[in-house]
Amino acid sequence: MAEKAPLVVTDVHKKFNDLEVLKGVSLRAVKGDVISMIGSSGSGKSTFLRCINLLEIPTSGEIEVHGEQITFTTSRNGERKPADIKQVERMRSRLSMVFQSFNLWSHMTVLENIVEAPIHVLGVPKKEALESAERYLQKVGIWERRNYYPAQMSGGQQQRAAIARALAMEPDVMLFDEPTSALDPELVGEVLKVMRSLAEEGRTMIVVTHEMAFARDVSSQVVFLHQGKIEEQGSPDKVFNNPDSERVRQFLAPKY
Amino acid sequence: MLDLKGYGPTILKGSLVTIEVAILSLLLALLLGLLGATAKLSRNPISKAVGTAYTTVIRGVPDLVLMLLIFYGGQIMMNSLSDWLYDQFEIDTYININAFVAGVLTIGFIFGAYMSETFRGAFLAVERGQVEAGLAYGMNRWQIFKRIMFPQMMRHALPGLGNNWLVMLKTTALVSVIGMEDMVRAAHQASAALQAPFMFFIPVLLIFLALTSISEFFFKKLETHYHVDSRRASQ
Repeated sequence: MAEKAPLVVTDVHKKFNDLEVLKGVSLRAVKGDVISMIGSSGSGKSTFLRCINLLEIPTSGEIEVHGEQITFTTSRNGERKPADIKQVERMRSRLSMVFQSFNLWSHMTVLENIVEAPIHVLGVPKKEALESAERYLQKVGIWERRNYYPAQMSGGQQQRAAIARALAMEPDVMLFDEPTSALDPELVGEVLKVMRSLAEEGRTMIVVTHEMAFARDVSSQVVFLHQGKIEEQGSPDKVFNNPDSERVRQFLAPKY
Repeated sequence: MLDLKGYGPTILKGSLVTIEVAILSLLLALLLGLLGATAKLSRNPISKAVGTAYTTVIRGVPDLVLMLLIFYGGQIMMNSLSDWLYDQFEIDTYININAFVAGVLTIGFIFGAYMSETFRGAFLAVERGQVEAGLAYGMNRWQIFKRIMFPQMMRHALPGLGNNWLVMLKTTALVSVIGMEDMVRAAHQASAALQAPFMFFIPVLLIFLALTSISEFFFKKLETHYHVDSRRASQ
Protein backbone atom coordinates (compact mmCIF):
# COMPACT_ATOMS: atom_id res chain seq x y z
CA MET A 1 0.00 0.00 0.00
CA ALA A 2 1.21 3.48 -0.81
CA GLU A 3 2.25 5.60 2.12
CA LYS A 4 -0.55 7.74 3.46
CA ALA A 5 -0.35 11.47 2.80
CA PRO A 6 0.81 13.30 5.91
CA LEU A 7 -1.90 15.90 5.50
CA VAL A 8 -5.17 16.02 3.61
CA VAL A 9 -7.54 18.94 4.14
CA THR A 10 -10.91 18.77 2.45
CA ASP A 11 -13.32 21.61 1.77
CA VAL A 12 -12.67 23.70 4.87
CA HIS A 13 -15.06 26.53 5.61
CA LYS A 14 -14.63 28.99 8.45
CA LYS A 15 -17.13 31.57 9.55
CA PHE A 16 -16.58 34.20 12.23
CA ASN A 17 -20.14 35.19 13.08
CA ASP A 18 -21.50 36.26 9.68
CA LEU A 19 -18.16 36.72 8.02
CA GLU A 20 -17.12 33.73 5.95
CA VAL A 21 -13.33 33.82 5.88
CA LEU A 22 -12.78 30.45 4.21
CA LYS A 23 -15.16 29.27 1.53
CA GLY A 24 -14.09 25.73 0.88
CA VAL A 25 -10.33 25.25 0.76
CA SER A 26 -8.75 21.86 0.16
CA LEU A 27 -5.12 20.88 0.25
CA ARG A 28 -3.13 17.70 -0.02
CA ALA A 29 0.49 17.47 1.06
CA VAL A 30 2.56 14.42 0.20
CA LYS A 31 5.80 13.68 1.98
CA GLY A 32 8.49 16.22 1.13
CA ASP A 33 6.05 18.77 -0.24
CA VAL A 34 6.75 22.43 0.43
CA ILE A 35 3.50 24.25 -0.14
CA SER A 36 3.60 28.04 -0.10
CA MET A 37 0.34 29.82 0.54
CA ILE A 38 0.32 33.34 -0.80
CA GLY A 39 -2.29 36.04 -1.24
CA SER A 40 -3.14 39.46 0.08
CA SER A 41 -3.85 40.20 3.74
CA GLY A 42 -7.31 39.04 4.71
CA SER A 43 -7.42 36.36 2.03
CA GLY A 44 -7.70 33.73 4.76
CA LYS A 45 -4.32 32.06 4.49
CA SER A 46 -3.40 32.35 8.17
CA THR A 47 -6.88 31.28 9.21
CA PHE A 48 -6.55 28.25 6.96
CA LEU A 49 -3.23 27.31 8.56
CA ARG A 50 -4.75 27.70 12.03
CA CYS A 51 -7.64 25.48 11.00
CA ILE A 52 -5.21 22.70 10.12
CA ASN A 53 -4.07 22.26 13.74
CA LEU A 54 -7.44 23.35 15.12
CA LEU A 55 -6.33 26.59 16.73
CA GLU A 56 -9.47 27.63 14.87
CA ILE A 57 -12.24 25.08 14.54
CA PRO A 58 -13.38 24.88 10.92
CA THR A 59 -17.12 25.48 10.54
CA SER A 60 -17.15 22.55 8.15
CA GLY A 61 -14.64 20.40 6.30
CA GLU A 62 -12.35 17.53 7.17
CA ILE A 63 -8.74 17.21 8.28
CA GLU A 64 -6.77 14.02 7.95
CA VAL A 65 -3.30 13.51 9.38
CA HIS A 66 -1.53 10.39 8.12
CA GLY A 67 -4.85 8.82 7.23
CA GLU A 68 -6.46 9.55 10.59
CA GLN A 69 -9.46 11.80 10.31
CA ILE A 70 -10.29 14.27 13.07
CA THR A 71 -13.75 13.60 14.45
CA PHE A 72 -16.11 16.44 15.26
CA THR A 73 -19.27 16.77 17.24
CA THR A 74 -21.70 19.57 18.01
CA SER A 75 -21.66 21.31 21.37
CA ARG A 76 -24.79 22.33 23.29
CA ASN A 77 -24.78 25.84 21.84
CA GLY A 78 -24.69 24.40 18.34
CA GLU A 79 -21.02 25.03 17.62
CA ARG A 80 -18.83 22.45 16.01
CA LYS A 81 -16.07 21.11 18.22
CA PRO A 82 -13.62 18.22 18.20
CA ALA A 83 -15.16 15.02 19.57
CA ASP A 84 -11.98 13.76 21.18
CA ILE A 85 -9.57 16.29 22.66
CA LYS A 86 -6.94 13.54 23.11
CA GLN A 87 -7.04 12.91 19.39
CA VAL A 88 -6.55 16.62 18.75
CA GLU A 89 -3.60 16.80 21.14
CA ARG A 90 -2.00 13.76 19.51
CA MET A 91 -2.55 15.23 16.06
CA ARG A 92 -1.16 18.62 17.08
CA SER A 93 1.99 16.99 18.37
CA ARG A 94 2.53 15.62 14.83
CA LEU A 95 2.17 19.06 13.22
CA SER A 96 4.44 21.65 14.69
CA MET A 97 3.79 25.30 14.15
CA VAL A 98 6.11 28.27 13.75
CA PHE A 99 4.32 31.52 14.57
CA GLN A 100 4.68 34.99 13.13
CA SER A 101 5.47 36.42 16.58
CA PHE A 102 7.64 33.39 17.56
CA ASN A 103 5.67 32.68 20.75
CA LEU A 104 8.65 31.16 22.50
CA TRP A 105 7.73 30.62 26.14
CA SER A 106 9.23 33.68 27.70
CA HIS A 107 9.86 32.19 31.15
CA MET A 108 12.06 29.44 29.74
CA THR A 109 15.51 29.54 28.22
CA VAL A 110 15.92 28.56 24.59
CA LEU A 111 16.99 25.05 25.56
CA GLU A 112 14.05 24.64 27.95
CA ASN A 113 11.71 25.85 25.22
CA ILE A 114 12.97 23.17 22.87
CA VAL A 115 12.81 20.20 25.23
CA GLU A 116 9.47 21.20 26.81
CA ALA A 117 7.02 19.52 24.46
CA PRO A 118 9.20 16.51 23.54
CA ILE A 119 9.51 15.66 27.25
CA HIS A 120 6.02 16.57 28.47
CA VAL A 121 3.91 15.77 25.42
CA LEU A 122 5.81 13.02 23.60
CA GLY A 123 7.38 11.51 26.74
CA VAL A 124 10.92 11.52 25.35
CA PRO A 125 13.51 10.84 28.10
CA LYS A 126 15.16 14.05 29.25
CA LYS A 127 18.68 13.07 28.25
CA GLU A 128 17.62 12.16 24.74
CA ALA A 129 15.55 15.35 24.41
CA LEU A 130 18.52 17.47 25.46
CA GLU A 131 20.77 15.75 22.95
CA SER A 132 18.46 16.31 20.04
CA ALA A 133 17.78 19.88 21.19
CA GLU A 134 21.49 20.62 21.01
CA ARG A 135 21.67 19.08 17.57
CA TYR A 136 18.82 21.24 16.27
CA LEU A 137 20.22 24.35 17.91
CA GLN A 138 23.43 23.77 16.03
CA LYS A 139 21.45 23.25 12.86
CA VAL A 140 19.71 26.63 13.14
CA GLY A 141 22.95 28.26 14.27
CA ILE A 142 22.11 29.49 17.77
CA TRP A 143 23.73 26.84 19.92
CA GLU A 144 25.78 29.51 21.74
CA ARG A 145 22.52 31.16 22.83
CA ARG A 146 20.91 28.05 24.29
CA ASN A 147 20.85 29.45 27.83
CA TYR A 148 19.44 32.84 26.87
CA TYR A 149 15.88 33.88 27.49
CA PRO A 150 13.85 34.81 24.41
CA ALA A 151 13.74 38.49 25.40
CA GLN A 152 17.54 38.55 25.30
CA MET A 153 17.74 37.64 21.62
CA SER A 154 17.03 39.32 18.29
CA GLY A 155 13.87 38.47 16.37
CA GLY A 156 15.79 36.40 13.85
CA GLN A 157 17.43 34.37 16.61
CA GLN A 158 14.08 33.89 18.34
CA GLN A 159 12.49 32.65 15.15
CA ARG A 160 15.35 30.24 14.56
CA ALA A 161 14.92 28.99 18.13
CA ALA A 162 11.22 28.53 17.39
CA ILE A 163 12.11 26.52 14.31
CA ALA A 164 14.40 24.35 16.43
CA ARG A 165 11.50 23.87 18.85
CA ALA A 166 9.33 22.73 15.95
CA LEU A 167 12.00 20.37 14.64
CA ALA A 168 12.50 18.77 18.05
CA MET A 169 8.99 17.32 17.79
CA GLU A 170 10.14 15.33 14.73
CA PRO A 171 6.86 16.42 13.13
CA ASP A 172 5.18 14.94 10.07
CA VAL A 173 4.34 18.40 8.80
CA MET A 174 5.67 21.81 9.78
CA LEU A 175 3.28 24.75 9.64
CA PHE A 176 4.81 28.20 9.17
CA ASP A 177 2.54 31.17 9.80
CA GLU A 178 4.22 34.18 8.16
CA PRO A 179 7.51 33.34 9.88
CA THR A 180 9.38 36.41 8.63
CA SER A 181 6.66 39.07 8.76
CA ALA A 182 7.58 40.34 12.23
CA LEU A 183 11.29 40.59 11.45
CA ASP A 184 13.45 43.54 10.53
CA PRO A 185 14.43 43.27 6.85
CA GLU A 186 18.06 42.45 7.62
CA LEU A 187 17.01 39.48 9.80
CA VAL A 188 14.68 37.87 7.26
CA GLY A 189 17.52 36.23 5.36
CA GLU A 190 18.84 34.14 8.26
CA VAL A 191 15.39 32.62 8.86
CA LEU A 192 14.70 31.96 5.19
CA LYS A 193 18.09 30.28 4.89
CA VAL A 194 17.18 27.83 7.66
CA MET A 195 13.78 27.17 6.07
CA ARG A 196 15.35 26.55 2.70
CA SER A 197 17.72 23.99 4.22
CA LEU A 198 14.74 22.22 5.80
CA ALA A 199 13.00 22.09 2.44
CA GLU A 200 16.12 20.67 0.84
CA GLU A 201 16.31 17.84 3.35
CA GLY A 202 12.81 16.78 2.36
CA ARG A 203 10.65 17.99 5.24
CA THR A 204 6.97 18.47 4.58
CA MET A 205 6.13 22.13 5.06
CA ILE A 206 3.14 24.40 4.65
CA VAL A 207 4.31 27.99 4.56
CA VAL A 208 2.05 31.03 4.69
CA THR A 209 4.26 33.80 3.43
CA HIS A 210 4.69 37.15 1.76
CA GLU A 211 8.21 36.22 0.63
CA MET A 212 7.61 35.73 -3.07
CA ALA A 213 11.21 34.77 -3.82
CA PHE A 214 11.04 31.99 -1.26
CA ALA A 215 7.70 30.76 -2.63
CA ARG A 216 9.06 30.76 -6.18
CA ASP A 217 12.42 29.17 -5.50
CA VAL A 218 11.75 26.68 -2.73
CA SER A 219 8.16 25.42 -3.01
CA SER A 220 6.96 22.33 -4.76
CA GLN A 221 3.49 23.81 -4.91
CA VAL A 222 2.10 27.33 -4.64
CA VAL A 223 -1.44 28.10 -3.58
CA PHE A 224 -2.87 31.56 -4.14
CA LEU A 225 -5.80 32.37 -1.87
CA HIS A 226 -8.24 35.14 -2.64
CA GLN A 227 -11.26 36.01 -0.50
CA GLY A 228 -11.31 32.64 1.18
CA LYS A 229 -10.97 30.55 -1.97
CA ILE A 230 -8.13 29.04 -3.95
CA GLU A 231 -7.73 31.31 -6.94
CA GLU A 232 -4.74 29.57 -8.46
CA GLN A 233 -2.72 26.51 -7.55
CA GLY A 234 0.17 24.67 -9.10
CA SER A 235 3.91 24.55 -9.57
CA PRO A 236 5.81 27.77 -8.83
CA ASP A 237 6.59 28.04 -12.51
CA LYS A 238 2.92 27.89 -13.41
CA VAL A 239 1.69 30.32 -10.73
CA PHE A 240 4.48 32.85 -11.10
CA ASN A 241 5.14 32.75 -14.83
CA ASN A 242 1.91 31.70 -16.40
CA PRO A 243 -1.06 32.19 -14.09
CA ASP A 244 -4.59 31.70 -15.39
CA SER A 245 -6.02 34.26 -13.04
CA GLU A 246 -5.91 37.96 -13.78
CA ARG A 247 -6.03 38.54 -9.99
CA VAL A 248 -2.79 36.59 -9.52
CA ARG A 249 -1.12 38.47 -12.33
CA GLN A 250 -2.00 41.77 -10.64
CA PHE A 251 -0.82 40.54 -7.26
CA LEU A 252 2.55 39.46 -8.63
CA ALA A 253 3.10 42.42 -10.91
CA PRO A 254 5.92 44.76 -9.93
CA LYS A 255 4.44 47.60 -7.89
CA TYR A 256 6.99 50.28 -8.78
CA MET B 1 16.11 44.02 78.51
CA LEU B 2 13.48 42.00 76.60
CA ASP B 3 11.61 41.48 79.83
CA LEU B 4 9.72 44.77 79.48
CA LYS B 5 8.62 44.84 83.10
CA GLY B 6 7.31 41.31 82.84
CA TYR B 7 5.21 41.94 79.69
CA GLY B 8 7.91 40.86 77.20
CA PRO B 9 6.89 37.19 76.99
CA THR B 10 3.22 38.13 76.48
CA ILE B 11 4.10 40.43 73.62
CA LEU B 12 6.34 37.80 72.06
CA LYS B 13 3.57 35.24 72.35
CA GLY B 14 1.27 37.81 70.78
CA SER B 15 3.65 38.18 67.86
CA LEU B 16 3.27 34.46 67.16
CA VAL B 17 -0.50 34.96 67.03
CA THR B 18 0.03 37.83 64.61
CA ILE B 19 2.15 35.58 62.38
CA GLU B 20 -0.39 32.74 62.55
CA VAL B 21 -3.28 35.00 61.65
CA ALA B 22 -1.28 36.53 58.82
CA ILE B 23 -0.20 33.22 57.30
CA LEU B 24 -3.59 31.54 57.54
CA SER B 25 -5.26 34.65 56.12
CA LEU B 26 -2.74 34.65 53.29
CA LEU B 27 -3.55 31.06 52.36
CA LEU B 28 -7.27 31.83 52.37
CA ALA B 29 -6.72 35.05 50.42
CA LEU B 30 -4.59 33.32 47.77
CA LEU B 31 -7.22 30.64 47.30
CA LEU B 32 -10.07 33.13 47.11
CA GLY B 33 -7.96 35.35 44.88
CA LEU B 34 -7.35 32.58 42.32
CA LEU B 35 -11.03 31.63 42.43
CA GLY B 36 -12.14 35.25 42.19
CA ALA B 37 -9.85 35.96 39.24
CA THR B 38 -11.00 32.81 37.44
CA ALA B 39 -14.64 33.75 38.07
CA LYS B 40 -14.18 37.28 36.79
CA LEU B 41 -12.39 36.06 33.67
CA SER B 42 -14.93 33.31 33.05
CA ARG B 43 -17.27 33.41 30.09
CA ASN B 44 -20.09 32.18 32.29
CA PRO B 45 -22.19 35.25 33.20
CA ILE B 46 -23.13 33.92 36.64
CA SER B 47 -19.51 33.28 37.72
CA LYS B 48 -18.58 36.64 36.34
CA ALA B 49 -21.33 38.37 38.33
CA VAL B 50 -20.40 36.60 41.57
CA GLY B 51 -16.72 37.45 41.12
CA THR B 52 -17.48 41.06 40.32
CA ALA B 53 -19.85 41.45 43.26
CA TYR B 54 -17.24 39.99 45.60
CA THR B 55 -14.42 42.32 44.56
CA THR B 56 -16.64 45.38 44.29
CA VAL B 57 -18.32 45.02 47.69
CA ILE B 58 -15.32 43.85 49.69
CA ARG B 59 -12.89 46.36 48.31
CA GLY B 60 -15.46 49.07 48.85
CA VAL B 61 -16.03 48.77 52.60
CA PRO B 62 -13.66 49.40 55.53
CA ASP B 63 -11.85 46.32 56.88
CA LEU B 64 -12.65 47.19 60.48
CA VAL B 65 -16.39 47.54 59.94
CA LEU B 66 -16.51 44.24 58.11
CA MET B 67 -14.55 42.54 60.86
CA LEU B 68 -16.88 43.89 63.59
CA LEU B 69 -19.86 42.79 61.51
CA ILE B 70 -18.58 39.25 61.02
CA PHE B 71 -17.52 38.89 64.67
CA TYR B 72 -20.61 40.31 66.38
CA GLY B 73 -23.14 39.75 63.61
CA GLY B 74 -21.77 36.28 62.98
CA GLN B 75 -22.23 35.37 66.62
CA ILE B 76 -25.86 36.55 66.58
CA MET B 77 -26.49 34.54 63.44
CA MET B 78 -24.91 31.47 64.99
CA ASN B 79 -27.01 31.97 68.12
CA SER B 80 -30.23 32.13 66.08
CA LEU B 81 -29.06 29.07 64.17
CA SER B 82 -28.56 27.08 67.38
CA ASP B 83 -31.94 28.31 68.72
CA TRP B 84 -33.57 27.20 65.51
CA LEU B 85 -31.82 23.82 65.59
CA TYR B 86 -33.02 23.39 69.18
CA ASP B 87 -36.62 24.41 68.37
CA GLN B 88 -36.84 22.25 65.27
CA PHE B 89 -34.80 19.19 66.12
CA GLU B 90 -34.02 19.57 69.80
CA ILE B 91 -30.36 19.60 68.90
CA ASP B 92 -28.49 21.38 71.61
CA THR B 93 -25.49 23.14 70.13
CA TYR B 94 -23.59 26.26 70.78
CA ILE B 95 -21.38 27.52 68.03
CA ASN B 96 -18.89 30.04 69.22
CA ILE B 97 -17.25 32.41 66.77
CA ASN B 98 -13.92 32.95 68.38
CA ALA B 99 -11.80 35.94 67.67
CA PHE B 100 -9.09 33.91 65.93
CA VAL B 101 -11.45 32.31 63.41
CA ALA B 102 -13.33 35.56 62.85
CA GLY B 103 -10.05 37.39 62.32
CA VAL B 104 -8.63 34.90 59.85
CA LEU B 105 -11.90 34.62 57.93
CA THR B 106 -12.37 38.37 57.70
CA ILE B 107 -8.84 39.23 56.72
CA GLY B 108 -8.62 36.31 54.29
CA PHE B 109 -11.96 37.25 52.78
CA ILE B 110 -11.02 40.93 52.40
CA PHE B 111 -7.60 40.32 50.93
CA GLY B 112 -8.97 37.60 48.65
CA ALA B 113 -10.73 40.43 46.84
CA TYR B 114 -7.50 42.38 46.40
CA MET B 115 -5.69 39.21 45.34
CA SER B 116 -8.45 38.54 42.78
CA GLU B 117 -7.64 41.80 41.08
CA THR B 118 -3.90 41.16 41.24
CA PHE B 119 -4.31 37.69 39.72
CA ARG B 120 -6.83 38.87 37.16
CA GLY B 121 -4.44 41.54 35.92
CA ALA B 122 -1.62 39.02 35.88
CA PHE B 123 -3.62 36.44 33.90
CA LEU B 124 -4.58 39.11 31.38
CA ALA B 125 -0.94 40.13 31.04
CA VAL B 126 0.04 36.68 29.73
CA GLU B 127 0.11 36.94 25.96
CA ARG B 128 -2.39 34.83 24.08
CA GLY B 129 0.42 33.49 21.90
CA GLN B 130 2.07 31.80 24.88
CA VAL B 131 -0.99 29.64 25.43
CA GLU B 132 -1.46 29.08 21.71
CA ALA B 133 2.06 27.74 21.43
CA GLY B 134 1.21 25.26 24.18
CA LEU B 135 -1.93 24.19 22.35
CA ALA B 136 -0.11 23.93 19.03
CA TYR B 137 2.44 21.58 20.57
CA GLY B 138 -0.19 19.21 21.88
CA MET B 139 -0.25 20.15 25.57
CA ASN B 140 -3.41 19.46 27.51
CA ARG B 141 -5.26 22.12 29.52
CA TRP B 142 -3.66 21.21 32.82
CA GLN B 143 -0.15 21.23 31.34
CA ILE B 144 -0.81 24.63 29.81
CA PHE B 145 -2.01 25.98 33.14
CA LYS B 146 0.77 24.46 35.20
CA ARG B 147 3.73 24.87 32.89
CA ILE B 148 2.90 28.06 31.00
CA MET B 149 -0.01 30.06 32.37
CA PHE B 150 0.78 29.84 36.09
CA PRO B 151 4.54 30.55 36.01
CA GLN B 152 4.02 33.41 33.57
CA MET B 153 1.12 34.81 35.52
CA MET B 154 3.19 34.69 38.73
CA ARG B 155 5.84 36.89 37.17
CA HIS B 156 3.22 39.55 36.65
CA ALA B 157 1.46 38.93 39.97
CA LEU B 158 4.43 38.82 42.36
CA PRO B 159 5.03 42.55 42.80
CA GLY B 160 1.32 43.02 43.53
CA LEU B 161 1.15 39.96 45.79
CA GLY B 162 4.11 41.23 47.80
CA ASN B 163 2.38 44.53 48.27
CA ASN B 164 -0.90 42.89 49.33
CA TRP B 165 0.95 40.70 51.79
CA LEU B 166 2.61 43.66 53.50
CA VAL B 167 -0.69 45.50 53.84
CA MET B 168 -2.34 42.32 55.09
CA LEU B 169 0.35 41.63 57.67
CA LYS B 170 -0.25 45.09 59.11
CA THR B 171 -4.01 44.71 58.93
CA THR B 172 -3.75 41.84 61.44
CA ALA B 173 -3.34 44.59 64.05
CA LEU B 174 -7.10 45.08 63.69
CA VAL B 175 -7.86 41.69 65.26
CA SER B 176 -6.86 43.15 68.60
CA VAL B 177 -10.10 45.15 68.45
CA ILE B 178 -12.20 42.00 68.61
CA GLY B 179 -10.26 40.77 71.59
CA MET B 180 -7.64 38.56 70.08
CA GLU B 181 -4.43 38.26 72.07
CA ASP B 182 -2.08 39.36 69.32
CA MET B 183 0.96 41.48 70.03
CA VAL B 184 -0.85 44.75 69.47
CA ARG B 185 -3.41 43.93 72.14
CA ALA B 186 -0.73 42.69 74.52
CA ALA B 187 1.19 45.93 74.05
CA HIS B 188 -1.96 47.99 74.42
CA GLN B 189 -2.82 46.37 77.75
CA ALA B 190 0.71 46.69 79.04
CA SER B 191 1.02 50.34 78.09
CA ALA B 192 -2.35 51.11 79.66
CA ALA B 193 -1.33 49.43 82.90
CA LEU B 194 2.05 51.11 83.18
CA GLN B 195 1.34 54.39 81.36
CA ALA B 196 4.33 53.64 79.15
CA PRO B 197 3.29 53.62 75.47
CA PHE B 198 6.81 54.04 74.09
CA MET B 199 8.15 51.07 76.00
CA PHE B 200 5.56 48.74 74.49
CA PHE B 201 4.49 50.13 71.14
CA ILE B 202 7.97 50.75 69.82
CA PRO B 203 8.96 47.07 70.19
CA VAL B 204 5.73 46.14 68.40
CA LEU B 205 6.60 48.47 65.53
CA LEU B 206 10.09 46.96 65.39
CA ILE B 207 8.65 43.44 65.25
CA PHE B 208 6.36 44.47 62.38
CA LEU B 209 9.30 46.05 60.63
CA ALA B 210 11.35 42.88 61.09
CA LEU B 211 8.52 40.74 59.72
CA THR B 212 8.02 42.96 56.69
CA SER B 213 11.76 43.05 56.02
CA ILE B 214 11.98 39.27 56.16
CA SER B 215 8.98 39.11 53.81
CA GLU B 216 10.64 41.39 51.31
CA PHE B 217 13.65 39.12 51.34
CA PHE B 218 11.45 36.09 50.55
CA PHE B 219 9.61 37.95 47.81
CA LYS B 220 12.93 38.83 46.21
CA LYS B 221 13.75 35.10 46.24
CA LEU B 222 10.41 34.29 44.65
CA GLU B 223 10.91 36.93 42.00
CA THR B 224 14.23 35.31 41.13
CA HIS B 225 12.57 31.91 41.06
CA TYR B 226 9.91 33.07 38.61
CA HIS B 227 12.45 35.07 36.57
CA VAL B 228 10.62 38.35 36.93
CA ASP B 229 13.67 39.95 35.35
CA SER B 230 13.50 37.85 32.20
CA ARG B 231 10.48 39.95 31.20
CA ARG B 232 12.98 42.66 30.44
CA ALA B 233 15.24 42.48 27.47
CA SER B 234 18.84 42.75 28.56
CA GLN B 235 20.27 43.85 25.27
